[in-house]
Amino acid sequence: MSDTLIEVKGLYKLFGPEPKVHMPLVHEGLSKDEILARTGHTLGLKDINLTIKEGDISVIMGLSGSGKSTLIRHFNRLIEPTEGQILVGGIDVMTLSAKELEEFRRHRMSMVFQRFGLLPHRTVLDNVTFGLTIQGVRKKEANDRAVEWLETVGLAGYENQYPAQLSGGQQQRVGLARALATNADILLMDEAFSALDPLIRSEMQDQLIELQDKLQKTIIFITHDLDEALRLGNNIAILKDGELVQDDKPEEILLNPATDYVEAFVRDVNRARALTVETVMQPQGFRITATTIEGALKQMRAHKDDYAFHVTEDGYQGMLSQESLEEYYQEDKTAALSEVHYEDLEPIAPDAALEAVLPETLASDYPVPVVNEEGDFMGSLSRDALAEILSPDSSSSEGGNDGAKPEEADEENKASTTRHS
Amino acid sequence: MADASWLTKFPQLDRLDLLAIRKTLDGAYKAFSREYGDVIEGFFHPVLSFLVWFEKLLITTPWPIIILVIGAIVFYASRSWKLLVGVVISLLLVGYFGMWEDTMSTLSMITVCTLISILLGIPVGIGMARSDRFQKIMTPILDVMQTMPAFVYLIPVVMLLGIGKIPGLISVVIYAIPPVIRLTNLGIRLVDKEVLEAATAFGANGWQRLFNVQIPLAMPNIMAGINQTIMMALAMVVVASMIGVKGLGQPVLKSIQNQYFTLGLFNGLAIVALAIIFDRVSQAYAKRSQKHMKGAH
Ligand SMILES: Nc1ncnc2c1ncn2[C@@H]1O[C@H](COP(=O)(O)OP(=O)(O)OP(=O)(O)O)[C@@H](O)[C@H]1O
Ligand SMILES: [Mg+2]
Repeated sequence: MSDTLIEVKGLYKLFGPEPKVHMPLVHEGLSKDEILARTGHTLGLKDINLTIKEGDISVIMGLSGSGKSTLIRHFNRLIEPTEGQILVGGIDVMTLSAKELEEFRRHRMSMVFQRFGLLPHRTVLDNVTFGLTIQGVRKKEANDRAVEWLETVGLAGYENQYPAQLSGGQQQRVGLARALATNADILLMDEAFSALDPLIRSEMQDQLIELQDKLQKTIIFITHDLDEALRLGNNIAILKDGELVQDDKPEEILLNPATDYVEAFVRDVNRARALTVETVMQPQGFRITATTIEGALKQMRAHKDDYAFHVTEDGYQGMLSQESLEEYYQEDKTAALSEVHYEDLEPIAPDAALEAVLPETLASDYPVPVVNEEGDFMGSLSRDALAEILSPDSSSSEGGNDGAKPEEADEENKASTTRHS
Repeated sequence: MADASWLTKFPQLDRLDLLAIRKTLDGAYKAFSREYGDVIEGFFHPVLSFLVWFEKLLITTPWPIIILVIGAIVFYASRSWKLLVGVVISLLLVGYFGMWEDTMSTLSMITVCTLISILLGIPVGIGMARSDRFQKIMTPILDVMQTMPAFVYLIPVVMLLGIGKIPGLISVVIYAIPPVIRLTNLGIRLVDKEVLEAATAFGANGWQRLFNVQIPLAMPNIMAGINQTIMMALAMVVVASMIGVKGLGQPVLKSIQNQYFTLGLFNGLAIVALAIIFDRVSQAYAKRSQKHMKGAH
C-alpha cells in the first residue's frame, strides 16, 4: 500500500483525578479491574502501538468499554494521553499549542459521531458549513461547497430542513457531509453507522466505500460489528480492556485469530461473505507451458496431479486433464493445444466473495482456476479448501490455508482420487 | 451561674455585648455609606436616567400608540391572534379603570429590571457553568438572595442610596436575578456532550463553542429562567413601592394601610394582567424560536 500517516507509540490512558501517581501500578502489569479496585482509576488504554497507513480504511474494533472511543479521541486530542506519543504526518500532536491544535483540527482531521452531533438549531446547510466557517471560509463559498457535498451524499434539496426533521440515516449523511466538507485528509468515524438500521447501514457502508475510491482519505473507523469491519477495513485492530490484542489484515484476523477473545469475535461471522477467493486459493507452482499435445502430456506425466492449468505468455489459457490428454495423444500428438482440448471450467476472479463462487466450486471435480482481470493465472480454489474454510471449527486448526493443498490432499481425500473413475 | 437555669434558658450573649456589636456594625456601615454613597449613586446615575426617560416615554406617549406597539410586539413574538386580542382587551380594561399611568410605571420598572437581570445574570451563569469552583461559591449566595426576606436587604440599600427608584431597582434585581443565573448555568451544563465535542473536533475555540453551541442549545433553559425572573420582579413591585418606587404597588400599599379592598383588588388584578402578558408572550416566543430543536438528539 503506502506510507505510514499516523503512528501511536506506547499510549497509556488512565482516567481519574491523579493518573500520573498511579501509572507505576499500570507498568507493574496490574489488570484493569485491580487498578480500579486499588485506586479508583479506570485504565482506558494500555501500551497501544499502532500505525495507520495513508489512504487506508483502518478499523478499530472491540466490545463495549474496550477503549475504542478513548483511542480515536486521542488522534485529535479530544482526550489527553497519560503517557505516550501520537505522531500525525511526523508531527507529535502532544507538542501542539492550543492555537496550533485548533488549526490542526480545522484542517487535518474531521470526525463523524455515533449520535451524529449535529447542531439542532441550525439547518442542514448551516450544519455542513460549520467546519468551514470555523476555518474562516466566507459564507458564500462555504454554502456553495456545502451544497455540493450534500449532493454527493444524496441530500440535495434538504438544505433548509432542520436535523430533527430528518431520519437517522439522513442525519448521519449530514454528519458525513460536514466532515468531508472541511477537506481534511483524515476522517475519524466513531461508530458512525451503529445507530442506523441494517438496511440504511449497509447503504451507508457502500456509500463510504464508493466515496473512498474517489477521495482516497485516510479513514479510521470504529465499530463493534465484525461484518462491518470486514466489509470496510484494509486493516483491523482489535482492542480488549484497553489493550491491543491483534492488528492485522481482515483475512488474517479471520483465519488466524491471535487470542480466544478474537476467536470468539470471529466465530459467528459469515465467512463465505467476508472472505474473498484470493485469501483462500492455493498458489499453483505447476503449470503447463508446452504448446503441443505431446509436450503437454510429457509435462503432465512428470507431475503427480492428473490435471494442470495451461498458461502461456498471453496468460491463462485453460485447464487440461491427463485422461483427455492421453486420448488426444492417440488421435494426433503433434496438434497444437487449443480451445477444443480444454476442460469445460470457467475461471473465477480473485476478488470475488466465496459466497459468489460457492456453487460452481463445489460442483467442480477439479480445483477452479483463479484468473484476474488482466488474464493472469493466480492460483486455484479446490472444493476441499473451500469446505475446510467454511466449516465452523476451522479457525482453531492452524489456519485453513495449508492442510488443504491439493498435492497433499490427494491421498487422504477420496473425492479427488476417485473423481473420474 | 452555678444552678441549672442555663438548660431552660438559652445561654445568651450579654446584652451589652450585643449592643456593642450592633453599634459597631451600624456605625461602620453608616460611615461607609456616608463616604461612598455619592460615588455609588453616581455609578447608578446612567441607569436612573434611562429608567426615568423610559417611564416618561411610556406615560407621555398617547395610549393608542402604546397599545399598538405592545400589540405588535406580542404578535411578533407569539404569532397568535388569540393572545393579541387578550392582551389588548386587558390593557383597555386597565386604562378604563384608571390605572394606566401606574401600569406604565410598573411596566417600565419591570422592563429595565429584567434587562439588567439578563445582562448580569447570563454572564454569571456562564461563569458558573465553566468553573466548578465559581459554582460552589455562587450557589449559597444565590440561596441567600432568594430566601432572605426582601425587607432585610432593603435596609442597607436604603441607608446607602436613600429612598427612590435606584434602591428599588437594586432590590428587585437582587430578588429576581437568581433564576436566570441558575438556569443559564444548568442549561449550559446540560448541553449534549457529543454536540460540544463535535464543535471542538472541528477546531472551534472557546468563544466559538460558547456562541455557536452552548448558548443556543441552552436557550430553552435560559428562556425559562428569564420568564421566572420576570415573574419574580413583578412579585417585588409591592415591596419596592415601600421605598418609593412608583407604579401599581403604591395603591396596593395604600389600600393595606387604609383597608381599601376594591382599590387593592383592582391594582392587584392589573399586576396579574401584566404578569400573564409577560409570561404568555415570553413563553410563546421561546416555543416558537425553539420548535426545530425538539427531538433532535
Ligand atoms: N471520561 C472518562 N472518565 C472515566 N472513565 C472513562 C471515561 N471515558 C471512558 N472511560 C472508561 O474507559 C473505558 C473505555 O471506554 P470507551 O468509551 O473508550 O469504550 P468504547 O470501546 O468506546 O465502548 P462503546 O462501544 O460502549 O462506545 C471504559 O471502561 C470507560 O468506563
Ligand atoms: Mg465508544
